[in-house]
Amino acid sequence: MSKVYKLRKGLTIPLKGEAERIVHQLPLPKTVAIKPTDFIGVVPKLVVKEGDTVLAGDVLFIDKNNQSIQFTSPVSGVVQTILRGERRKLLEVVVAVDSEISYKKFEIPTDITNREAIIDFMLQSGVWPFVKQRPFNCIAKPTDIPKAIHVSAFDTAPLAPDYPFVISEYKELFQKGLQILNALTPGKLHLNILEENRTLHPFDECCGDVQKNYFSGIHPAGNVGVQIHHIDPINKGDVVWTLNPQDVVIIARLFEKGIFDAHKTIAVTGNLQKPHYVKTILGAAVNDCFEEQIVENQRIISGNVLTGTNVGYKGYIGFYDSQITVIPEGNKPEFMGWIAPGFEKFSLSRTFFSWLQIGKKYTIDTNLHGGERAFVFTGVYEKVLPMDIYPMQLLKAIIVNDIDKMEQLGIYEVVEEDFALCEFVCPSKIEIQSIIRQGLTVIQKEFS
Amino acid sequence: MKILENIIRNTKPKFEKGGKYEKWLPVYESFETFFFVPAHTTKQGSHVRDAIDLKRSMMMVIIALLPALLFGMWNVGSLYYMSIGETHSLLETFWFGFLKVLPLIIVSYGVGLGVEFIFVFLRGHEINEGFLVSGMLIPMIVPIDVPLWMLAVATAFAVLIGKEAFGGTGMNIVNPALLARAFLFFAYPAHMSGNKVWIHGISNGTQLVDGFSGETILGQKINGISHAYSGFVDNQLSTFDLLVGNYAGSVGETSVIAIAIGAIILLYTGIASFRIMFSVFAGGFLMASLLNAVAPAGNILMNTPALEHMFIGGFAFGAVFMATDPVTAAQTGKGKWIYGFLIGAFAIIIRCLNPAYPEGMMLAILFMNVFSPLIDHVVIQSNIKKRLCRAKVSQLNK
Repeated sequence: MSKVYKLRKGLTIPLKGEAERIVHQLPLPKTVAIKPTDFIGVVPKLVVKEGDTVLAGDVLFIDKNNQSIQFTSPVSGVVQTILRGERRKLLEVVVAVDSEISYKKFEIPTDITNREAIIDFMLQSGVWPFVKQRPFNCIAKPTDIPKAIHVSAFDTAPLAPDYPFVISEYKELFQKGLQILNALTPGKLHLNILEENRTLHPFDECCGDVQKNYFSGIHPAGNVGVQIHHIDPINKGDVVWTLNPQDVVIIARLFEKGIFDAHKTIAVTGNLQKPHYVKTILGAAVNDCFEEQIVENQRIISGNVLTGTNVGYKGYIGFYDSQITVIPEGNKPEFMGWIAPGFEKFSLSRTFFSWLQIGKKYTIDTNLHGGERAFVFTGVYEKVLPMDIYPMQLLKAIIVNDIDKMEQLGIYEVVEEDFALCEFVCPSKIEIQSIIRQGLTVIQKEFS
Repeated sequence: MKILENIIRNTKPKFEKGGKYEKWLPVYESFETFFFVPAHTTKQGSHVRDAIDLKRSMMMVIIALLPALLFGMWNVGSLYYMSIGETHSLLETFWFGFLKVLPLIIVSYGVGLGVEFIFVFLRGHEINEGFLVSGMLIPMIVPIDVPLWMLAVATAFAVLIGKEAFGGTGMNIVNPALLARAFLFFAYPAHMSGNKVWIHGISNGTQLVDGFSGETILGQKINGISHAYSGFVDNQLSTFDLLVGNYAGSVGETSVIAIAIGAIILLYTGIASFRIMFSVFAGGFLMASLLNAVAPAGNILMNTPALEHMFIGGFAFGAVFMATDPVTAAQTGKGKWIYGFLIGAFAIIIRCLNPAYPEGMMLAILFMNVFSPLIDHVVIQSNIKKRLCRAKVSQLNK
């Protein structure tokens, strides 16, 4: 039976620049990159070198710690640059794209209910990294048997792409993908849908024995971690797998045609003339997605403003991202900002007169709006965290590195993105997401 | 503004690493951020941040304190003129009080911020905004005639022992402003109670009008007068008069109406916790009603109606501005209900059952400040137990 979960806590950050529902088909980008830094805990081992020719589906690098996990090129072309950073850390593998993509053919397994065969096929072709695991939000271990698989079919983050709109074109593929994935778990595959989208095209007549759950609420209701917390929380020792809806479509395409066809739809949003959707390919260069000139002093984020990565004008879309957000940099001092009336400033609190303008949308810049302080105010994080977790106590447990306390307070149930709104509202400007990741890293090391 | 920005831009290099005044950087930055919200941008994590910061939050508390402070200034003038039998215009009355209260504010901020700056210098961090509020609270919870040197000693004690010893704003266990008051109360009791300190001039032997008495309402009740009055025994106070607050008391504590305006500002802006504020009044009201029910005839304090208890003394001021201090209060949602309720209840118990301390609010809040970590511990343990229990059930099902 499907159930409706009503989440009351959370916050909608009213950003200007939501993508209009127009999809522009873009020509193939000139370059595409896969960034090892998108994958938590992966130690990359290069398989190609600069100048090599690759097909779409050829391996670029593998994970040293888990050699069956391969990362393949989404396009065919020539490996142009292998970018390394400090201490020769591998940052990007850039492929110059052919005028037309030629695909490496994979042999589709005959029995698509056989778990091992499916996993093998996914590993070979490079779609395995789409499967992530909780706790830790890293790539799933192929040897684990997950208690359940969760797909969140909506995103509530600021300016996030409307997944039902993006997916509706690929309804059959999406449903097929879900059915294939369902074979990977002895438990259930949960498809978590926004209550308002219940009757929308991609989800009707869906999808065999998939468990549909309905959620109502504002951000972070669309976070798969929050959904898992309400449906069937993660205990110590549990493993749950999660996937993004667009990635389910890519996996289904692989099973349909035997090729790694990583086309996806990206919402180009934020401080732009005409925010809209574009159809491009995984890892495309961001500047190919803009059909207009970006003025200087803007930050270009792959992902949303809460959890995305600052990639810059010359960067590439992240492996898991379906959104690009452009916001102005806020590197200007403001005179007596702590007492000014602040009609143009958004705040959860009503300490600025902007609360008079209900429904107003803002262009929020990257200014921190203050200096970092100790924890002072309490009860603020709780307003935006719809989970039965004591956020400040958990953060303090992480800061003092108390592993027992972290476990007791529910570290297995959270990842950074669930705390992103806490970080947004924090009046002490504490970097909460990085503290959470620090805690997860400690736990992961302790038990590996 | 441009000029100021240029001055800052030109002088900053002298304070940065390698500059002439490198050591003074934290002090310099504290001033810089006073004038300008710095141009720092987000480096990692969320790319956008809420516009609020600690400075803004603290300023909201100070704005919320202003009605009570301004009324307090007028009240000081009004009671003084009443005591010498003169009448003056509203403006003159206010001005007189303003001149009397201003030195208290200057001393409190001067000493407190002085100590803070020493620690800024020693620790090398920016100044913490916490004292902006404490520095305003201290003059509002002392009698108008407290000697300035005592106020200075108490403030220094509160900031040093109450706050910096624990690591600064956010780390302290008890409310620094209340600690300053407690210090005065126990170190110099003669200057903190009785009938001479609450109205300006009496302690220096100003000629009083016949029949004038400068006791607070709680003082009157202890001395056996059941009906509250202001100045003269026949100048009795109705409930409405109690709300207005033209009677003797600490500078900012008397006007319930002014405090209520502050409470509305704090609650509406989302700075203070409704749970704490409400539950302090609930706890106080219930305890007072209970004592009413069991009170022996003739015990004036126990027989005081529950509602009147809420209006007199420092109860309302403590509930709105002191108990809600987020650092020293309980930090969990459920904990806040318990914490507030117990403050209210204890304040009334101390008031009624301990004749040595007619004002129980200060001690009740300090007491619960110390106990709030324990309350939180209990609340959090129940969350932990729930999680453990869930894990066990899922183990069994495997």
